[in-house]
Amino acid sequence: MSVNGARSALPTPKTILIWTGVALVGAIAWGMVALARGEKISAIWLVVAALGSYAIAYRFYSRFIARRVLELDDRRATPAERLEDGIDYQPTDRRVLFGHHFAAIAGAGPLVGPVMAAQMGYLPGTIWIVVGVIFAGAVQDMVVLFISMRRDGKSLGQMARDEIGRVGGTAALIAVLAIMIIILAVLALVVVNALAASPWGTFSVTMTIPIALFMGFYLRYLRPGRVIESSLIGVALLLFAIAGGGWVENSSWAETFTWAPTTLVFCLVGYGFVASVLPVWMLLAPRDYLSTFMKIGTIVLLAVGVVVTAPMLKNDAVSPFASSGTGPVFAGALFPFLFITIACGALSGFHALVSSGTTPKLIQKESQVRLIGYGAMLMESFVAVMALVAASVLDPGLYYAMNAPAGLLGTTVESASQAVAHLGFTISPGDLAAAAHSVEEQSLIARTGGAPTLAFGMAEIFSGVFGGHAMKAFWYHFAIMFEALFILTTVDAGTRVGRFMLQDMLGNVWKPIGRVTWKPGIWITSAVIVGLWGYFLYVGATDPLGGINQLFPLFGIANQLLAAIALTVGTTLLIKAGKLRWAWVTGIPLVWDVSVTFTAGWQKIFDSNPKIGFFAQRQLYADALDDGKILAPAKSLDDMKTVVLNSTVDGVIMAVFLVLVTFVIGHAAVICVRAVRSVQPLPTAETPYVESTIIVPAARSKALVGASTSQAERE
Amino acid sequence: MRAQSRAATLLGPLTRLLRGVRWYFWEISGTADYERHCRRHEEQHPGEPVPTRRDYERHRSRHREANPQSRCC
Repeated sequence: MSVNGARSALPTPKTILIWTGVALVGAIAWGMVALARGEKISAIWLVVAALGSYAIAYRFYSRFIARRVLELDDRRATPAERLEDGIDYQPTDRRVLFGHHFAAIAGAGPLVGPVMAAQMGYLPGTIWIVVGVIFAGAVQDMVVLFISMRRDGKSLGQMARDEIGRVGGTAALIAVLAIMIIILAVLALVVVNALAASPWGTFSVTMTIPIALFMGFYLRYLRPGRVIESSLIGVALLLFAIAGGGWVENSSWAETFTWAPTTLVFCLVGYGFVASVLPVWMLLAPRDYLSTFMKIGTIVLLAVGVVVTAPMLKNDAVSPFASSGTGPVFAGALFPFLFITIACGALSGFHALVSSGTTPKLIQKESQVRLIGYGAMLMESFVAVMALVAASVLDPGLYYAMNAPAGLLGTTVESASQAVAHLGFTISPGDLAAAAHSVEEQSLIARTGGAPTLAFGMAEIFSGVFGGHAMKAFWYHFAIMFEALFILTTVDAGTRVGRFMLQDMLGNVWKPIGRVTWKPGIWITSAVIVGLWGYFLYVGATDPLGGINQLFPLFGIANQLLAAIALTVGTTLLIKAGKLRWAWVTGIPLVWDVSVTFTAGWQKIFDSNPKIGFFAQRQLYADALDDGKILAPAKSLDDMKTVVLNSTVDGVIMAVFLVLVTFVIGHAAVICVRAVRSVQPLPTAETPYVESTIIVPAARSKALVGASTSQAERE
Repeated sequence: MRAQSRAATLLGPLTRLLRGVRWYFWEISGTADYERHCRRHEEQHPGEPVPTRRDYERHRSRHREANPQSRCC
């Protein structure tokens, strides 16, 4: 595996000096993070360690993948150039496309996963986020973007069918749809948990609907195409709505906006249905603009906040739950459960759907796959690191009071304080009440799902920079609002994408339902998709054991199984292209991902500990039910029946996912063996070479021509 | 080339930054797409009237209707 080929130009002393410096600073920061014991360290070290690692990974590893593994070729015309039509295919400036791609991949996922993973301390989570993104997540995004670009922007499911075969491909399609349903349900559950019994949050999030409608009408009738203008108005109205929430909270309207979780579930399901059947210009498109601008703005704000306030981390580096596996936020040992709790930010299969969607059709030059595929994912990973920081600046006592399930904590500050003490941390009832009061919430007890915890952490950081203590409640609800905004945008878009997938699948069986213009077909399929995620959302919101604790593992496993499918397709295509010797680039993350998800899945199904295994849990509650006993935290026989039903459903779903993915991998393995044995290369669906005529200034494409020293970096 | 570099030195760095920011926002929001579309239209169908902005945006939203995009978590 000689790497320094004849083409290599020697790096200049200046470059060597700079990169040695970056490596040193990164290494020192990692040292500070990993070796500080018994004393609190500043969050800055986490940020520096992450940034240093990203810089090195981007400079060396992504370049190695670009040059050696994928052999990106700027002389080859991209689909955007060949098929340019100004609508689907359009060569787009790489910085602009980076923004689009980032906005499409980053949402609430990298914000809530790390918050939950903070249960094991900040160190394991940070290491997984950084190492995971460098060797798995960013690689997946880049490779999928590349193979889709070489196939005129085909979707992941289509590529699986073309390259792995019909059975494997169909299994992949069904798996993608099923996994999406679970992801939507869990994300919606995060919103429900953040808004339940919070008039301020509920009011401001509800207001996003009329604001989006107004923007939609503005863009359609008043000033078509003036997106910036309407978004500025939208953001201003949004800030006003957040402030307005504060007045509502303290007025007689508070009652009107205090909703129970189940009410919120029905509202969200209704909203999802309406958003899916309404024309996109009314609700979905303006919401998307709003969400994009808020996303970029808030992430910049958070980065500035962390750097300026340099908060101290109050969380343990490695908490006792990392080894005992008995943490209240999610059950199970560090391996595999930490790695599925943090999916987005380290390795997220959902990205493969974006990377094989719009983005590949807009790439101007092949070499830009590196910036957009690898680079945007590094940025998402950075968001995840900051979310982990925000959760880790909280006092651990408060963290557990907010994140342990309600069944454990009870409903009063006294019971919660006692339960937290039982876990080995301390927070006095007075402090807990004061914390809730400081953000003007009625209670912070068992506000699971990650969003409230992140919002509280962000409010602490932001109020240190802007506005001081008086602004804390505003910042808390600002954070809640923007998370809800992201999630609702994902839910809107996901429901629509799911509807199209379902129409496509059912269209094979019964033609009319596949027609995208036939209204009853749209309604039926929308209702099915909404009904499916709505069911899991309802289950999550009413689960006596705490929905997030039950469903979040399912979400993480689902997302990473999607990654397994994407990495399988990527590895298969590398082998089919005769690059067996580079197959480890996607093969190693695939093996890792499969061992994590299948171990986690296996334990979720078969583990004898009822806190981990769904069927053991089912057995425990079913036996008690037969004896007419009620097991805490269930409060009635109905609760008991709910637990039995839910754990059965969860266990079965888990098994179905694993079987589907096994199918895909099995079929892919057959193809790989055939490809390796075959004398002639197997046919692939790659589009033939066409010479590019787009000329990009030399400085830009130069990045790929120089020497690659990735060998040393890989170790 | 010369004229361009002279213009670049004449512009203050702040003005250039603001221009860059404006350019970026115009591009990323899709505001600039209409003009690009008009230019393309001129090239490919010279002499024919270009669609109005309103028509163009409607056409685009119809297209978006049929091609949903995934947003990740």
